[in-house]
Amino acid sequence: MSKRFFGEGMPGINLSDLRGKLIVIEGADGSGRSTQIDLLKDWLERRGHATINVGLNRSNLVGRQLQRAKDGNILSPTTRSLFYAADFADQLENAIIPALRAGFLVLADRYIYTLMARDIVRGADRAWVESLYGIAIVPDAVFYLRVLPRVLVERNFEKKVQLDYWEAGMDIGLSRDMLTSFFKYQKLIQTEFQLMQQRYGFEVINGNRSPRVIAQELQSRIESLLEDILQHDRQDETAVPLPSLSSITQENIAAHA
Amino acid sequence: MNITNTQTDNVGKLIAVEGLDGSGKSTQIYLVKRWLEMQGIKVFFTEWNSSELVKSVTRKGKKKQLLTPTTFSLIHCTDFADRYERQIWPLLRAGYIVLADRYKYTAFARDTVRGCSPAWVTNLYGFAKEPDITFFFKVPLKTALDRILSGRPQLKYFEAGMDLGLSADPYESFRIFQARILQQYAALEQKYHFHVINATRSVEEQQREVREIIGARLDLPSFKRRNVS
Repeated sequence: MSKRFFGEGMPGINLSDLRGKLIVIEGADGSGRSTQIDLLKDWLERRGHATINVGLNRSNLVGRQLQRAKDGNILSPTTRSLFYAADFADQLENAIIPALRAGFLVLADRYIYTLMARDIVRGADRAWVESLYGIAIVPDAVFYLRVLPRVLVERNFEKKVQLDYWEAGMDIGLSRDMLTSFFKYQKLIQTEFQLMQQRYGFEVINGNRSPRVIAQELQSRIESLLEDILQHDRQDETAVPLPSLSSITQENIAAHA
Repeated sequence: MNITNTQTDNVGKLIAVEGLDGSGKSTQIYLVKRWLEMQGIKVFFTEWNSSELVKSVTRKGKKKQLLTPTTFSLIHCTDFADRYERQIWPLLRAGYIVLADRYKYTAFARDTVRGCSPAWVTNLYGFAKEPDITFFFKVPLKTALDRILSGRPQLKYFEAGMDLGLSADPYESFRIFQARILQQYAALEQKYHFHVINATRSVEEQQREVREIIGARLDLPSFKRRNVS
């Protein structure tokens, strides 16, 4: 199955080159995303799949500036949306797409869904946001770890002793009280995810259960994707020539430049 | 985004100038600013690519040549949004005449030349209102190129469109890049009702025409500062 863009896409990308798979794990802070990604990575690597982790706010381009602006809370809404989109685009072009081209399984710790939900909850126009993220590649699978806000609070307190300013949506002014704001904000986000779930058809995973049970469910669902890769290989076995030595060297040079 | 549409107190006016590098538009908008200021009118001037917040990002990206057409476009739009939300839009609501040296049409032209989808770029800037008047300073490509290149300036990487791989020679690259931008401007001219100024004429003649148009379209005395003393 070949990849496609959500919308207009971006220039300079040949979709048929992207042989890898993009697997997205979505969910709030404390939903167990990173635990599950670690478990999946182990599981996939044990089975011989080259795997890479990507996430939000990790780009070289704007990562640091974004953090600084976030700390000072000085961005207006549209500026903030665009800053995040630039950061995402940079990750997409410099981490996700090269890995897909190299046939990796890309495990994304959040994707455009979180970014869109955050923007829309803050009053951004839905059509504007959707077009903005029309540059993104449609993932091969999206799993949304849905966890009761009450459970999220417990896990966040356990881990960090306090709630995160942004995850509590304190910037929107839902309540001066952080816990109240957290519940209101998470409810808004979950509602948005429900809408997106209908629209984009991603799989909802009950994240209230133990990490081991969730991991098993994820593995069995990902299994079919992997079969798809193997099947593809068998079909292509005779058709795909090995890359010539010179092209490999050139790639290496490009990668190290 | 919806911020522009929900406000009804938009009482200021926005005047934008567009044109190639070397078209003389910056000189003209500066003279407009002086003219309005000296009449005691509330006026604010803003330039493309000038917000402090993202200057550091573009500087960094440009140095490392990390930018692709998409990230280049998004970074410039972020820069513009920062100025728009912080200055342009609040000042318009406060009854200012805002003068913009380059506006979103610059991005439409440049990003499209770089291969971004026109529909995507148009939506990207959907939050920014259309100017009340857009002047387009039109000169033949050769005139603009001669004005810029005669001094053999040090052309910056992106300014010369070097990222497009049009030519290894920065001057040749700049020529081809500017020619393509001019083509894009031509397509925007009608769609966005540019007021075309023949920029091959003398500075004074152009300025006289620009002032006439502004004077006819806007009720200038209503933008005067109130005397508080």
